[in-house]
Amino acid sequence: MIRLDSVRKTFTTGDTQIHALDGVSLEIERGEFVAIMGQSGSGKSTMMNIIGLLDRPDEGAYLLSGQNVATLNEHARARLRGTAFGFVFQSYSLLPRMSALEQVELPLIYQGVRDRRRRAAEALVRVGLADRIGHRPTQLSGGEQQRVAIARSLVVDPLVVLADEPTGALDTATGHEVMTLLSDLVDQHGMTIILVTHEPEVAAFADRTVRMRDGQIIEDTGASSDANASRAEPTT
Amino acid sequence: MSMLDALRIAVRAIVANRLRSLLTLLGLVIGVSSVIALIAVGQGTQKGVSDQIRGLGTDLIFIEPSAAATTQQGGTTALFTTTLTQADAYAIAANGNPAISAVTSHITGDVQAIAGANNVGAESVFTSSNYAEVRDLEVAVGSFIAPQHDDAGSLVAVLGSRVAETLYPGVDPIGQEVRLSFLAGRVVFAFTVIGVLQEVGGVADANDQVFVPITGLANRFRFLYTPTGDLRVTQIDVQATPGADTEELKQQVTDLLLFRHNRTDPDFTIESQDDLLDAASEVANTLSILLGVVGGISLLVGGIGVMNIMLVSVTERTREIGIRRAVGATAKDIVNQFVTEALALSVFGGIIGIVIGVVASLLVDGRQLGDQEMTTVIQAWSIAAAFGVSAGVGLLSGIYPAWRATVVDPIAALRNE
Repeated sequence: MIRLDSVRKTFTTGDTQIHALDGVSLEIERGEFVAIMGQSGSGKSTMMNIIGLLDRPDEGAYLLSGQNVATLNEHARARLRGTAFGFVFQSYSLLPRMSALEQVELPLIYQGVRDRRRRAAEALVRVGLADRIGHRPTQLSGGEQQRVAIARSLVVDPLVVLADEPTGALDTATGHEVMTLLSDLVDQHGMTIILVTHEPEVAAFADRTVRMRDGQIIEDTGASSDANASRAEPTT
Repeated sequence: MSMLDALRIAVRAIVANRLRSLLTLLGLVIGVSSVIALIAVGQGTQKGVSDQIRGLGTDLIFIEPSAAATTQQGGTTALFTTTLTQADAYAIAANGNPAISAVTSHITGDVQAIAGANNVGAESVFTSSNYAEVRDLEVAVGSFIAPQHDDAGSLVAVLGSRVAETLYPGVDPIGQEVRLSFLAGRVVFAFTVIGVLQEVGGVADANDQVFVPITGLANRFRFLYTPTGDLRVTQIDVQATPGADTEELKQQVTDLLLFRHNRTDPDFTIESQDDLLDAASEVANTLSILLGVVGGISLLVGGIGVMNIMLVSVTERTREIGIRRAVGATAKDIVNQFVTEALALSVFGGIIGIVIGVVASLLVDGRQLGDQEMTTVIQAWSIAAAFGVSAGVGLLSGIYPAWRATVVDPIAALRNE
């Protein structure tokens, strides 16, 4: 479903060039729960931003469900981003002064979906926040806020949920709860989740771990055969 | 994203920052209301001046000694330099011109009017019985100077309403004695009050004037005569027949006076009411424009306030923009959001400004400001223009910040937490 082919991304800071992604090839199938691990600066966040269409590669191909999306214009990427991806960030990324229900409605507003309220409420029920619908971020615990963010990522029925350090701001017990919720989504609803983390305990929830260093994939525990092939024989 | 959603988001953002929105609104409200109120004052002044000139009578032509002949303006001084005479006025009337319905002449001078313990500074008008008719003056009590007073040279006086009020508070002035002190008290004559004029609206002079037959004084002041024995006057008013061509009449009168004065260049000025109206409305128009510009500047400042607030708002809401982008907002959605917000602010401010501007104009209308009565005329076009400019300024000042919002990198924005 997701296929990266020899993707490169270089950032220039002053005189130094940083190869955030240095020829990365990766394939992820529907229903997979993949953890991307690596130290900070390893390129894992850059890869997630590229997968989530928040950033575009300098070189290489990115096929999403067979369509090359690396060359889409900004408008098309924004539209696709809204429908194909759900984001969960470390710091919840909720808007202040909005109720949980309104937070979850937000992606639907930009898609012009009707019946927003019902769908948003359903998503909140799915993450176990049926009784927190009217609460604002300041009235919710960290774990609850992250659940609202997860509900917001689910409400558009995305192809993939991208979670960037979703437990980073939570204590161990709450982090565990959030990870259990994500696992359930994969197991029970067939959701595809890509998780970025540097904590092995969190990565352990995933079915497959991709380890990165210096912009390259150095280990992949469950890569599909196609991805292995493309890595063995770079197509560039 | 639908317009309604954009509006809802905008209203939420405005309400969320109540104080800031209020201060932004204030700038626009002051701008819009001052444009409306100031233009209303300007137009009111124009109307007031026009009314005053029209109030002098109808179809009038005024002849006065030219500026060169009256270098030192003011009642008595002008008298010694004037080249106009009562004989000129008679000659104009005697011409048998069908375009002329009446001619009157007068001398004005500053006097002190005294009655018992009361006294008041006034302008004396030495004139004749047809003055009231030509100048459209109505008598409240008693009567105006009659032709027999002209003939007999009677020492009778008709008082302007304010003069009568000051001299005879609570007393019927008719038949009372009023003493007029001329030439700074060197000459004092006693007159019998025979009438009081109705109060004249606006800032007309007639309320502060005292009217006496010119013949009565001419017999006592020999210096009112020229060496050749003609009675000097400081103004001749010609009333044209309704529908007459006043421009042509002006020319005829000019030719006659030039012939009588044996001159080729006029030693007098001749102006019709229309000339005065034109001159006055030119002045009032300039005033209107000036006031409008002052209002416009405050509106512009208000608009810059909106832009400033929107820029601050974009900077402050980088994170919000990032989140919205991540959940699928396009650049256009973000532009819409900020433009709608700026537009909502300025339309709302515009509406409040219109209400305050109109109410202020109505409150000021008819109030005394010093010895001037304020008149305001609310112009529909000024309301439309102020509102249009405020909405336009709002739109323009929303576009730049909105564009700034779209270039926010969502990744950086999300990291900015």
